[in-house]
Amino acid sequence: MVVSLLLYLMFSIGIFFLPKILRKYTSVWIAFLQVGVFSFFLTRIPNIINGEVLSAAITWVPALDLNLSFILDGFSLSFALLISGIGAMVFFYAQAYMKKYAGTDRFILFLTLFSGAMLGMVLSENLIQLFIFWELTSVLSFLLITFFHEKEEARKAAFQSLYITAFGGLSLLAGIILLGTIPGSYSLNEWIASAEAIRESSLYLPGLLLILLGVVTKSAQFPFHFWLPGAMQAPTPVSSYLHSATMVKAGFFLLARLHPVLGGTSEWMYIISSVGVITMFMGVYFAVTKTELKSILAYTTINALGVLVLLMGIDTQLSIKAALLFLFVHALYKATLFMVAGLIDKKAGTKEFSSLGGLARTMPLTFVITSLSALSMAGIPPMLGFLGKELIYEAKVQLPGISSVILVIGVAANILLVAVSLTFIYRIFLVKRTTDKPIPKEDRKSWLLLAPAMLAILSLLFGLFPKILGGTLIESALGSVIDGAGDVKLKLWHGFNDVFFLSLFTVVAGFMLTYLMNTKQMLLKNWQAFNERIVRFSLSDKFLSGVDGFVGFADKKTQIIQHGYHRYYIMTIMVLAAVAMWYQFYASGAQLTINNPGTIPYYMAGLVLVSVFAVVMAMFSRSRLAAIVAMGVVGYGIALVFMYYGAIDLAITQILAETLIVVLFVLVMQKMPRFLRLSDKKQRVRDLVIAIGFGTVMTLVTIQSMDISLQPAISDFFIENSWSKAFGKNVVNVILVDFRAMDTLGEIIVLAVAALGVSMLLKKGGKA
Amino acid sequence: MNSGILQIAEKYLRWLFLVFAIFALFRGHNLPGGGFIGGLMAAMAFVFRGFAYSADEVYQSMKIKPETYLVIGFTAVILSFVPGMIAGKTFFEGVWLSADLGQLGLLKLGTPLLFDIGIFLVVIGVTVLFLFSLKRSD
Repeated sequence: MVVSLLLYLMFSIGIFFLPKILRKYTSVWIAFLQVGVFSFFLTRIPNIINGEVLSAAITWVPALDLNLSFILDGFSLSFALLISGIGAMVFFYAQAYMKKYAGTDRFILFLTLFSGAMLGMVLSENLIQLFIFWELTSVLSFLLITFFHEKEEARKAAFQSLYITAFGGLSLLAGIILLGTIPGSYSLNEWIASAEAIRESSLYLPGLLLILLGVVTKSAQFPFHFWLPGAMQAPTPVSSYLHSATMVKAGFFLLARLHPVLGGTSEWMYIISSVGVITMFMGVYFAVTKTELKSILAYTTINALGVLVLLMGIDTQLSIKAALLFLFVHALYKATLFMVAGLIDKKAGTKEFSSLGGLARTMPLTFVITSLSALSMAGIPPMLGFLGKELIYEAKVQLPGISSVILVIGVAANILLVAVSLTFIYRIFLVKRTTDKPIPKEDRKSWLLLAPAMLAILSLLFGLFPKILGGTLIESALGSVIDGAGDVKLKLWHGFNDVFFLSLFTVVAGFMLTYLMNTKQMLLKNWQAFNERIVRFSLSDKFLSGVDGFVGFADKKTQIIQHGYHRYYIMTIMVLAAVAMWYQFYASGAQLTINNPGTIPYYMAGLVLVSVFAVVMAMFSRSRLAAIVAMGVVGYGIALVFMYYGAIDLAITQILAETLIVVLFVLVMQKMPRFLRLSDKKQRVRDLVIAIGFGTVMTLVTIQSMDISLQPAISDFFIENSWSKAFGKNVVNVILVDFRAMDTLGEIIVLAVAALGVSMLLKKGGKA
Repeated sequence: MNSGILQIAEKYLRWLFLVFAIFALFRGHNLPGGGFIGGLMAAMAFVFRGFAYSADEVYQSMKIKPETYLVIGFTAVILSFVPGMIAGKTFFEGVWLSADLGQLGLLKLGTPLLFDIGIFLVVIGVTVLFLFSLKRSD
């Protein structure tokens, strides 16, 4: 389990080391990896059905209760199979799709890492770890969406999705930490163990809301749905993967994962189901009038995510069973449809309805595949989608209380969905061709066709023999979401009951709507115009301009503090420090006492005098060179003081540093304009006041600090252990390289960064 | 500056600086000295050379560029953590090897020495980079 995650990491980097001949097929290599991982998870099905839960843990940061801990139960197994299985097809498809683009290796790298991150997320048992993987998927999907980064649209869409999902991610983290205080742990098992306590706690509602914010942003729920249609700027294999098995399903995953902990309350039910209902209807409503293949599919994804969230919100055993089945249904048909859309885009050179049509004759296999998947989307037998829809209806019918509202909206949404699906088939393949573009032919040996074909066949197979799925995966997955769930029996034919008549009504109404839409052009036009007007109040643009406004605001505020004048920075620091220290002196009422100043030999007094004289020189000198030399004298004077008190290391360092600083000053000085006095009298008085205030307080602090003795003094520890533990007699050096090695490391990093910065800024020909 | 006297003096002083620098580096653990002081001393050798010739000439003639000193130095610093991690000690904890060299005494090699060598190199790199980038752009 853990090995499979490492494999993703290794393979993703490994593709850069492939020999040249093999590098053409990088995507295929990853696809084989996915197949391998998929088969591994397949072999685990018997264990899981027997009720085993596989787990693995690696100690990571034990001090923070942060261990890598993985869990494989029925639910995570379902997701793992989807991620690796659909992943395999996506990579096979990408091999053919990405052939002509530059930067394919980068693309494969990101996509592989994305798969790995997604898999890591679904296998996580520790919630902080889950959050890390969650954010990784956000960042990687940003990189994938912005693959065509030369397009402004793509960059905008990518930033938008990153802002929204990362914002949601942070909120999720806050929620996890908040609720984690109740069981005192971030382990999922411990959360489940103390589920009662969490639900009854006063933190429950805020925690739930924070976590839900993460869920609705990730799963593109209303009102954060708008990043998803933008995300189709990504290359088609990415859309196909993101929309079906990964990314947007993460929100649903988390809902179901936390259901045993947070579910079963009325807050859960009302908040989640109302978000789900709105999203479900809105998604499909906008899909109806779209005419571009990928955006139709993107909006139907929003619809499907709404359905999933709604079903989690309804929160009955039946509804969760329906959700789990629908997860498979949607993953299979949506991956296929996106792949087909990409294929048609490649072959026909367009994704617009208006330039398509009549392709059934020249692309018969594509036609069959698309029809199967679109029928699955519409929920028409014998596809798996039919079973999914039946179960969903059943769940809604049996819902006590609010069922009538949800059922009516649900049926309406499904009628629209049928219309979308049928129009999709009709406009691409059946309608009479009106453009004079060359008629595309299909290439039957290409992965562009084979990959979606395999998924469509699976969709049909599961529809005809639902027991393969129902008795095995869904049952054990249900068991991990709800305690004590019963058997899952899926049948294609349920007999004549309420649900069947609802389905029949949906399909018939959907057919009629399709007929109307495609015969009465005026009606469609008006409807489109109406929807465009709604869409014009685009949340997406509002969001982007909001972000721009915020950045502008922050920019202005920053300019006040970060003005770029070194002298004012220093002034700010000194004034603040002086005021703070003076206040402290005043408030603590400290008495200035000079205890035992000792005798100062005459030559030390002389040294100090020379230093003071040098300082005065530096201040009043009219020559820069003289000022620099005078400052050097002060520095050497300090070095001698160090020497006198026995701090040899300090003294040596001071002398060397002082020498270099003088050299440095001289070098900089050559570049300076002629020496001028630019400050007026007022400014000089101000500087004098600040200097005296700061200097005096520092002197006072130094004198006072002689009286303070920290118990026990840290220096005693160093002196005692320097030889015995660190084998060094020079305590200063031992502190630098051993006791305080971390500090030293930090310091040399700062130095190196500063030096590199200076070197970059002053590069010849560069503008500093 | 292009002074013949300085150029000839530099030829001999260079080695003095470097020998002292390495001397300071190695005695550092028990007596005044260490990687930081040694590094500054070694940097002096380059700076002095920079005065005798021009910064550009020195930069050109450096077989190992200051940036490379940084890289090697940081590598040494990071490598010095590895033995401790392998030995399962706390991060940054020193690991020591001692070898009895008979007449010569007891040789003790430890990761702090490697760390100090790393600092030595980083300090050389940083100082030279600072000074030369200021001087070079004349």
